[in-house]
Amino acid sequence: MTALDRLQNSRNGLGLVFMLPAGVLLLLFLTYPLGLGVWLGFTDAKIGRPGEFVGLENYAFLWGDSVTRLALFNTLFYTIVASVLKFVLGLWLALLLNRHLPFKTVLRAIVLLPWIVPTALSAIAFWWIYDSQFSVVSWVLQRLGLIDRYVDFLGDPWNARWSTIVANVWRGIPFVAISLLAGLQTISPSLYEAAAIDGATAWQRFRHVTLPLLTPIIAVVMTFSVLFTFTDFQLIYVLTRGGPLNATHLMATLSFQRAISGGAMGEGAALATAMVPFLLAAIMFSYFGLQRRAWQQGGDR
Amino acid sequence: MTTEDEGRVGMDFLETRGRRWVTAYIPMGLFLFVLLFPFYWMGITAFKPNEELLSREGNPFWVSSPTLAHFRKLLFDTEYPAWLLNTMIVSVVATFASLFAAVFAAYAIERLRFRGAKGTGLAIFLAYLIPPSILFIPLAFVLQGLGLFNTRWALIFTYPTFLIPFCTWLLMGYFRSIPFELEECALIDGASRWQILVKIILPLAVPGLISAGIFAFTLSWNEFIYALTFVSDSEIKTVPVAVVTELVEGDVYHWGPLMAGALLGSLPVAVFYSFFVEYYVAGMTGAVKE
Repeated sequence: MTALDRLQNSRNGLGLVFMLPAGVLLLLFLTYPLGLGVWLGFTDAKIGRPGEFVGLENYAFLWGDSVTRLALFNTLFYTIVASVLKFVLGLWLALLLNRHLPFKTVLRAIVLLPWIVPTALSAIAFWWIYDSQFSVVSWVLQRLGLIDRYVDFLGDPWNARWSTIVANVWRGIPFVAISLLAGLQTISPSLYEAAAIDGATAWQRFRHVTLPLLTPIIAVVMTFSVLFTFTDFQLIYVLTRGGPLNATHLMATLSFQRAISGGAMGEGAALATAMVPFLLAAIMFSYFGLQRRAWQQGGDR
Repeated sequence: MTTEDEGRVGMDFLETRGRRWVTAYIPMGLFLFVLLFPFYWMGITAFKPNEELLSREGNPFWVSSPTLAHFRKLLFDTEYPAWLLNTMIVSVVATFASLFAAVFAAYAIERLRFRGAKGTGLAIFLAYLIPPSILFIPLAFVLQGLGLFNTRWALIFTYPTFLIPFCTWLLMGYFRSIPFELEECALIDGASRWQILVKIILPLAVPGLISAGIFAFTLSWNEFIYALTFVSDSEIKTVPVAVVTELVEGDVYHWGPLMAGALLGSLPVAVFYSFFVEYYVAGMTGAVKE
């Protein structure tokens, strides 16, 4: 028996060989950088220079930094408002797509377009739609007589916050809708018929049949949605670069600005690391929500 | 879910025609309008001459004298063709490399069940949840250390960090659905693990491979933050980054070429996607459902 034959029959040996390509790549470019990022957060590294250990200095500085605090507020505001809107509108769209509409398959394919087109490129379309002088939205509103002057969508702090949220919601709805649609299609129609025979109204059927059965998949979809939104970068980078007056800076864009544009790698890494607890909280929240749900429904997962 | 009857959910047949308009057709129409308008706007702007673009008179929703000038400028006066080629190279190589690694990893975790397979599976899932925006700073250091900074290799090596976990997770689900008995039969007939993988598992998992491949390709094509950070030479940039960084000169925005660039950069994924919609949806919902 050659060594190769022996390897063929050993689960552990063959498993190790099969895991090798994925394992090496992920350890070198994912696990190691993850640890390195945490370490860099404790150093004063600059671009091209490893830096010295400075303890919690970066975090202490960021804690007292008004821009960082504003970015944290913006990130939370952006994530919460956009996620709620994406959930409500996405669920509505999923319910619509689940009905017996003409051209159902085509509709579903079209709806996903905002999700598959590169965000940076659709953000450019939004940039033009939000232009302060030639915005088509302002043009329509002015023709309707609702406004006198063109709206400065990206030049005013609150306008800019809402404009970026709208663009983010536009991009995120398809993902939520199509994933929830998959969940809706697993619910048996006989449940609705039974409820209707018992005299349940449309709202009651939604509230007591659809929603409970959909909860597990809602938890997963919204966890992903919150993760994507919380760590969003490209939409803000293209539309506002964090302006005006840092009103739309998110943690990720501020981290990029400090680390890459500003050269303060240590500070940027600390900012990025500061996002981790929030992400863990979101994951735990949905995980335990899911567990409770599965237990209530008698599942053993 | 393709037959007519399965699509008929709930008690739609109890509704009157007028009610259906209010509860279904009008909201659906509004959703479609909002979701598609930016694309229409992108398209119409790309064909508008500058005089029409920078004027508040006339109807902005239509173009009275369409022009290809913006496309000509884009294709001949900028490095756009090179950016398209780069994006294609990076996406294709990263996708195939990730699929290769993911097939072996998924098979090992799901079927070889080596010691620690369960933990590895969980680790793969957690790896999928790690967002690029917390990895790009340390990754820049790693790439610099390896001397790969500002090369196409930087992107080809880093894209698999989010592609492999996704593809592995998806393929694990597909492999799980293939009956064990098939493998046992082959083992009794004297097939090696390698033969089982190539001759039995892979042919049965083709839909899964296509789903994972499409998904990985679109994810690579759309990637932004790594491409923005790790590559600075114009001729090796990818389309999304190059359009944002190279076509914007100072304070004057050339909306025509920008929109033409956005349109041309979106078309390949959109066309590719339209051929494989079902696989794409299966990949997306499959990954969420597990």
